[in-house]
Amino acid sequence: MSELKVQIKNLYKIFGKNPKKVLPQVKSGLGKPELLDQTGHVLGINNVSLDIPAKQIQVVMGLSGSGKSTLIRHINRLIEPTDGQILIDGDDVLTMSDKQLRDVRRKKTSMVFQKFGLLPHRKVMENVGYGLEVQGFKEEEIKQKAQHWIDRVGLTGYEDHYPGQLSGGMQQRVGLARALATDAEILLMDEAFSALDPLIRYDMQSILLELQDELHKTIIFITHDLDEALRLGDKIAILRDGAMIQEGTAPEIVLTPADDYIADFTKDINRGKVIRLRALAEAGTPYDGANIPAGTLLNDALDPLAQAPNQTLGVTEEDGQYLGTVSLTKVIGALAG
Amino acid sequence: MEFLYEFPSLGRKTLSGMKQAVDETFKGFSRAYGEQLENFFDPLLRFLIWFEKLLEATPWPVILLVVGGLAWLGSRSWKITAGSVLAFIAIGVLDMWEDTMATLAIISVATLLCIAIGIPLGILMSRSDRAQGIITPILDVMQTIPSFVYLIPVVMLLGIGKVPGLLAVCIYAIPPIVRLTNLGIRLVDKDVLEAADAFGTSPWQKLWGVQVPLALPNIFAGINQTIMMALSMVVIASMIGVKGLGVPVLRAISNQYLALGLMNGLAIVALAIIFDRVSQTYGKRLQAYRNGGK
Repeated sequence: MSELKVQIKNLYKIFGKNPKKVLPQVKSGLGKPELLDQTGHVLGINNVSLDIPAKQIQVVMGLSGSGKSTLIRHINRLIEPTDGQILIDGDDVLTMSDKQLRDVRRKKTSMVFQKFGLLPHRKVMENVGYGLEVQGFKEEEIKQKAQHWIDRVGLTGYEDHYPGQLSGGMQQRVGLARALATDAEILLMDEAFSALDPLIRYDMQSILLELQDELHKTIIFITHDLDEALRLGDKIAILRDGAMIQEGTAPEIVLTPADDYIADFTKDINRGKVIRLRALAEAGTPYDGANIPAGTLLNDALDPLAQAPNQTLGVTEEDGQYLGTVSLTKVIGALAG
Repeated sequence: MEFLYEFPSLGRKTLSGMKQAVDETFKGFSRAYGEQLENFFDPLLRFLIWFEKLLEATPWPVILLVVGGLAWLGSRSWKITAGSVLAFIAIGVLDMWEDTMATLAIISVATLLCIAIGIPLGILMSRSDRAQGIITPILDVMQTIPSFVYLIPVVMLLGIGKVPGLLAVCIYAIPPIVRLTNLGIRLVDKDVLEAADAFGTSPWQKLWGVQVPLALPNIFAGINQTIMMALSMVVIASMIGVKGLGVPVLRAISNQYLALGLMNGLAIVALAIIFDRVSQTYGKRLQAYRNGGK
């Protein structure tokens, strides 16, 4: 896999009066409910390690209270961990001085929030330019860059509106433009689309994917919505009670859930829209018939397979590499779960 | 049994000794440092006198124009502007112009002083719980202690005149601006602050770019209250030698002149209403984003 952008190593976060004191108990295996009962401390993050590759979308998924929003806030140190390490490009974020940390927040990371976090007293233009203004860019340059991103997210003509005058979806476009304007390589998105209604959410996901095709940022995306996770995530990590219970690609999580909890999550998912042929190809069987791209979704593969001789096709990657064969029966089996 | 019905107080001798000791110490302090203190406040006195002279020396039509202009700039409302000018005309017609100018001078200077000290103090309180813990009870005392009580040490130190009057007004009028600055900053949305942090905002940038602007409605309410309270101190200030509308009111009290008292009292009310409406509408206009811009 490509280079690692962000590394989280054995991260612990305990909320309460004396987190350091109860840390050894947590490390020796005390669970979240027991910790609360016995010591009154709340376990936020429990020994999470995660390698986040550059230029991909890493989704962190979990229900409310699973610690996902706490986790993302550790990356730019909006929250101090109780124990562990966070590396961005190999630099330890936790040993940085205030000034170094501000530099990271200004230049390396930017963030989009569930509740938008826009500055209500500033117009759209001034909000989008905020990160640049903080860095001390010249006014003209700020305006020019801000305008570029306002246009890119489709808000042309709204430059002089206040956030309060915009709908939720439009406000989050402002949030996205503000995050993109600083040119940071890492984009932290904390339930960025969760406050939007489903149609707008789908729209925003499309905008994000479209931008990502071109920008190749390292995106860490927090969500509680499995559909969203599967649609956006190159990699998905699932948290429960502050601990990571599975990590992998979308098909891995759908096809081989680590436990009943995840299986429960994934059972209502439309697999045909998530799993690609790549995951089903049977290696080793040579095939001299027609081929189909490995990136094809199962739903889209049904028709061609039904019409193929023996209802079987060869699967090849974009670069021409041959993966193996796939049959209609196999695909239907995978769809049925 | 007598013990239960009479509180066992310290003896009269001990008490008077204690009081005397306090008085003597303060008098000693006053003798030793009174002059330095007066020198310290000298620039303030000179500014106050200069401002008063300026108001008195300016032809009345100019003042009317300025009042109308400021009211318009502040409120952008014809009603408030016309009301302000009419009120000043009535004051002039009823021969209270000079006293009104004197009152205007001391209220303006007192308000400026309160803002200059009060807003930084409020900011300090908002940033440190310890500062808040120390300053809050002091403000409580300043607001509730009868004005006459702090007039005593002020007069002992600085004598009778404009500066002690100004101090008396400020002691009474400064608490709201401090409290509301503190409150306003503490009430700024945590999500917005977190977003500012996430973009690497320095504490200074956060204070002036986010916290203070978003606290402005409360800060303005504080300024408004400070002006109102300063105006209500006009009569008491006149007892220690501050010129203005308070002096005739004081004379009216001691001689039972109902009409004189009413006229000057109403002039104070008129000033209060003008200040209040103009500053409030100005504050609201600054918050255009709250009700959909423009």
